[in-house]
Amino acid sequence: MLKLLALLASVSFPLVLAGCGRPDADTVKVGMNIELTGDIPAVGASSKNAAELFFDQLNEKGGVTLADGAKKVSLVIRDNAAKADQSASVTQQLISSQDVVAMVGPNSSACAIPAGEIAETLKCVMISPWSTNPKTTLDQASGVPKRYVFRGCFTDPFQAIVLAKFVSNDLGAKKAAVLYDVSSEAPLGQATLFRDTFTAAGGEIVAFETFTTGDKDFSAQLTNIREANPDVIFLPTYYNDVPLIAQQARRLGITAKFIGSDAWSSPEIIKLGGADVDGSYFCNHFSTQIATDEAKKFIADYTAKYGQAPDDVAALTYDACGLVTEALKAGGKNDREALREAFAQIREYKGVTGTFRFEPGSGDPIKSAVVLQIKDGAFQWVTNAQP
Amino acid sequence: MDYFAQQAINAIQLGSIYALIALGYSMVYGVLVMINFAHGDVFMVSSFFCLLLLLFLPVPFVAALIIVMLATAILGVAIERLAYRPLRNAPRVSAIITALGCGLIIQNTTLSLSPYSQRMPELFVPVTWNFAGVTVSSLQLLIIGVSVALMVALDFFIRRTRYGMAMRAIAQDRMTVPLMGIPVNTIIAMTFAIGAALGGAAGVLYASAYPVISATMGVLVGWKAFVAAVIGGIGSVRGAVLGAYVLGTVEVFTVTVLPSTYRDLVVYSLLLVILVFKPYGLLGRPAVQKV
Repeated sequence: MLKLLALLASVSFPLVLAGCGRPDADTVKVGMNIELTGDIPAVGASSKNAAELFFDQLNEKGGVTLADGAKKVSLVIRDNAAKADQSASVTQQLISSQDVVAMVGPNSSACAIPAGEIAETLKCVMISPWSTNPKTTLDQASGVPKRYVFRGCFTDPFQAIVLAKFVSNDLGAKKAAVLYDVSSEAPLGQATLFRDTFTAAGGEIVAFETFTTGDKDFSAQLTNIREANPDVIFLPTYYNDVPLIAQQARRLGITAKFIGSDAWSSPEIIKLGGADVDGSYFCNHFSTQIATDEAKKFIADYTAKYGQAPDDVAALTYDACGLVTEALKAGGKNDREALREAFAQIREYKGVTGTFRFEPGSGDPIKSAVVLQIKDGAFQWVTNAQP
Repeated sequence: MDYFAQQAINAIQLGSIYALIALGYSMVYGVLVMINFAHGDVFMVSSFFCLLLLLFLPVPFVAALIIVMLATAILGVAIERLAYRPLRNAPRVSAIITALGCGLIIQNTTLSLSPYSQRMPELFVPVTWNFAGVTVSSLQLLIIGVSVALMVALDFFIRRTRYGMAMRAIAQDRMTVPLMGIPVNTIIAMTFAIGAALGGAAGVLYASAYPVISATMGVLVGWKAFVAAVIGGIGSVRGAVLGAYVLGTVEVFTVTVLPSTYRDLVVYSLLLVILVFKPYGLLGRPAVQKV
């Protein structure tokens, strides 16, 4: 037994050394902290695919040009299992021992908020492609924007306005019900903001129901909602919970349309939900149907490489990688502080998900949203919403 | 009125599924005084057995139920043989940690094979009836019916057959029973087989009722069923069933009368209150200290 251990140690020791040797002068390391396992693995997979596509394309063209020559970019990908605690330790590990110049991810707000706190303390740029909760880029204590944390998407207050307007103006709904996961950061924020904006727009919230992560039986809450007889039901919850809620609602005889947030955007929702989610509307970052030329090229490349069209997490990750590269190039060196300073100077960036505009001192881009409908087993573009 | 009737049906459906899983915890505890924390994951993996079966061989509901129950029973016996039997005389904490470990192994094996949630094909197309505003589906009746039938059969088995008597005897005194010529290992393996098979039945019914299954779903449902077994008096078969229906009813009716956010608060406060007044659960009996 001891011999075996000694053998293992002697074999693995050089590997460990090789792993933490001096940083290679010709590559720049970018960390990824994403949801590869856990409740929303489709999000992590899309994010990983898009980032690999982006940096493969970049490296083929020679990499990124810095003051001391062109560098290749290598990705260090770590799984946060869609858990807040693991996301925090992954952030710590990437920044402290993997020597990354910046970190892309996490995507879910529950993971991105704690990761942002750590990235801020360790002074390393983090960009979350998909986290829409305002808290991600704000300092918890003072409420001022963090210096090192950025995001690649619109925020929940904007999304709530888009949806509230769409539901009352375009669908003509007067009464809405809300059912959401009270123990998860993004749904909680979206539910409350939707309630406030929909009420302000003259609508009425007739039921405001909750569940907790992992629940599969929603019959009690849905029976309450059926009693309240809403025109629409807002489900700001991840794609993996929506199909069960939709199915149980239909079995109880509820015919109201379902309305969703950007957390719905994985095509998995169609696979898992089938006919029950058909006809539902949700707010999203991106639609393959109204793509610009850059976006069309991205969609074609992505589809060629992975055999499926990119969802919004993929597109947003692609843009987040683009923003990091832009800042790296502008900063001119493989250095966290230089990258941060350059990132804060970016005012406008044209990505595949549209144009990003950053106000000075804020990590949140101003960008447009789309409303999509699930129809005949596909996401159909319905309308655009400008900020 | 129809609103409360609807919620009552919701409560019975939820309680029936908790009951089938709670029985697995309670039986093993009754016989071995061991909390089988792998049971929630055994339940989870049985719904994946059902999915695999239906993907390769679309059999009717009853056949699927029986095949999955058998497969899960074999898994339960295998876990007992490989992981628990070598530790039967080890400190109780070791056995509990081993059970947790087994659960995590099952869960992570499933997770590595199927990281995505899966849609369960329909075992049959449910018919929905509407009685004066109360919606009842044939699936709900089936879940309740199968659960109740299995529970009655189990109760009969334990109280009226020789094997059941042997189980009760081992529960009372594991040291003396072998002297009477009772094959302890066989009876304990049988306990695990039955407990796992009931978990398997719950897996099939659960996957029919909530047809999106994932590798992590056993955790929460397993905990709830464990809580149900404790409320009812862990070790008592009738207690587990009672506890499960109490839990299902409290969960559903809390949401009926209070904002749904209070659900878990009320459920677990109730657990504390019950245990303060009935430390052994509703139907549990105090363990007799043997000197």
